[in-house]
Amino acid sequence: MTTTDMTPAHLATAEPIVPIQTRSERPTSFDPADFGTPTGREVNWRLSDLKRLAPLLVDEETETGDALGIEYGVAALEERGLLVESRGHDAAPRGEIFRPEDVISAIAWKRCANALHIRLPEGQEQAEPVIARLHGTGADRHANAHIVIEAMPGSVATLVLHHSGSARYAQNVEIIVRDGARLTLVSVQDWEDDAVHAAAHQAVVGADAYLKHMVVSFGGGVVRVNPSVRLAGHRAEGELYGLSFADSGQHIESQVFLFHEGTETRGDVLYKGALQGVGARSVWIGDVLIGDDATGTDSYEKNQNLVLTDGARADSIPNLEIKTGDIAGAGHASATGRFDDEQLFYLQSRGIEEEEARRLVVIGFLMEVVQRIGVPEIEERLAEAIEEELRRGAGLAPASKAGA
Amino acid sequence: MSVLDIKDLQVSIETEQGKKEILRGVDLTINSDEIHAIMGPNGSGKSTLAYTIAGHPRYTVEGGSITLDGEDVLEMSVDERARAGLFLAMQYPVEIPGVTVSNFLRTAKTAIAGEAPRVREWIGDVRGAMEKLRMDSSFGERNVNEGFSGGEKKRHEILQMELLRPRFAVLDETDSGLDVDALRIVSEGVNRIKAETGLGVLLITHYTRILRYIQPDHVHVFVNGRVAEQGGPELAHRLEEEGYDRYLKAGV
Repeated sequence: MTTTDMTPAHLATAEPIVPIQTRSERPTSFDPADFGTPTGREVNWRLSDLKRLAPLLVDEETETGDALGIEYGVAALEERGLLVESRGHDAAPRGEIFRPEDVISAIAWKRCANALHIRLPEGQEQAEPVIARLHGTGADRHANAHIVIEAMPGSVATLVLHHSGSARYAQNVEIIVRDGARLTLVSVQDWEDDAVHAAAHQAVVGADAYLKHMVVSFGGGVVRVNPSVRLAGHRAEGELYGLSFADSGQHIESQVFLFHEGTETRGDVLYKGALQGVGARSVWIGDVLIGDDATGTDSYEKNQNLVLTDGARADSIPNLEIKTGDIAGAGHASATGRFDDEQLFYLQSRGIEEEEARRLVVIGFLMEVVQRIGVPEIEERLAEAIEEELRRGAGLAPASKAGA
Repeated sequence: MSVLDIKDLQVSIETEQGKKEILRGVDLTINSDEIHAIMGPNGSGKSTLAYTIAGHPRYTVEGGSITLDGEDVLEMSVDERARAGLFLAMQYPVEIPGVTVSNFLRTAKTAIAGEAPRVREWIGDVRGAMEKLRMDSSFGERNVNEGFSGGEKKRHEILQMELLRPRFAVLDETDSGLDVDALRIVSEGVNRIKAETGLGVLLITHYTRILRYIQPDHVHVFVNGRVAEQGGPELAHRLEEEGYDRYLKAGV
């Protein structure tokens, strides 16, 4: 594995890595026409599976008829009084912080008239995780959605968006974490193999507020979940975690943007992915921007991928842009590797059979992220899902040794 | 009573400059309850011997044999060797992220014993072994070798040896990087396990320091891939005074 690492000590003298365009200056628009059709050369489409995403580029009516492309299983939220009616594009707080950054997101904005608005009441703690079940009704069904998640001041909650079934689903998730709120949001992509899902998550985290944002992608054909988080308030905290397991034919993408805007904010980005099978593909682009006024920032981002078999490919592009020198620390790391022969040797030298040793190494690799969820029932289910993925890949030949 | 028998062992590795011979015919016979010290200068092939016994894929056996009670060790995979009763305490144990020590120990014990250990008994065994090695009980929750100090890594190796109960253990430079206290704790562990189980030990070291704590029955001096001289504990004392120069000058 190769690792690049910048410690705070180095930062004082090192030139910041400056992307061609500051990430926060990317154009936004509510009108799909303003974006045109992507060619695949654009920075935010360059590594995407545009061919399979094409159905989501069609600006068409998707809310006609009785059957919708996605069934929203939100009865549990309704019972707990967490749903608020949102009618029309202008219904506040819809659009308070959300600005579409690509054509799919703009279409989703335009074609979704009534948002799903989840509000976590002020000062209340939700003892149990709140789970919204989004089920796709067919691989040929095109659906567009705008979801607003509003964590009111002082609220504490864990919210899960669980996706299953199949659909062609474009989704905007607008996440407002008001001052002093603590929100854990987990988006689980447990789709069927033929689902196509493109999601734009945009979050703003207020003063002394905390957001743990987690993207878990095991299922689906093409899954593109791009979280963009602004740590806007003084001492806002953001933990952005991702876990993916790409099998043959799956394209799993996350373009992550963490913007330190406020003073003394803390950010931690960790995305880990495993890949197995011919054509398994993952793309991770991680941008961290430390703004002009973001003094006292503490930021770290890391992406690691483990390639389990030949024929799989992981792209990993970390960017760090720092506009103020007065920070507590910032660093980034990226590594993509195959099985570490020395790890396998160590385990086998203790009597553990090769296949079991591989299993331990992969599970251990991914568990680092799972362990950060902090919700035991979700952690257990994910550990099971990882085991299931490994069983699926059990017959595949392991990745050939580096350099062989 | 078991015998680990090494005969005329020749081993090479692949380097960028091509194949390189490391061991040029090594003969060693180790019985249960014996401690053999392998000493020698850097690059003499000591670690190669250790890793070849354990079956590391980097080393190619060109000739000779290793047998354990007559069974051909070279035919066995790495994990089969461990299950047959061989153990290698490594000089540089690797980190295994996300795998806790307690999970690792239980998985290894299950593999070697052929069945999962009884939970209550096992927890007691692990706790007892950790106490004897002066390891904190929180150790089990840490990931294998992750963030361990040099001393913690070596103690963790000895902990595994205590719990897995091998017939023969190869200790590869277990003394390197240890302070006096840690060296004593680790040495006590080795002596205790030998006394309890009749373990046969192949103790690989560059320095004579550890031999004050672990008394060898036999000392073998490795030079240039061969045993240049062997004898009893007195040979170690002589090496302490004279060093390896004598062998190197002789160009053995």
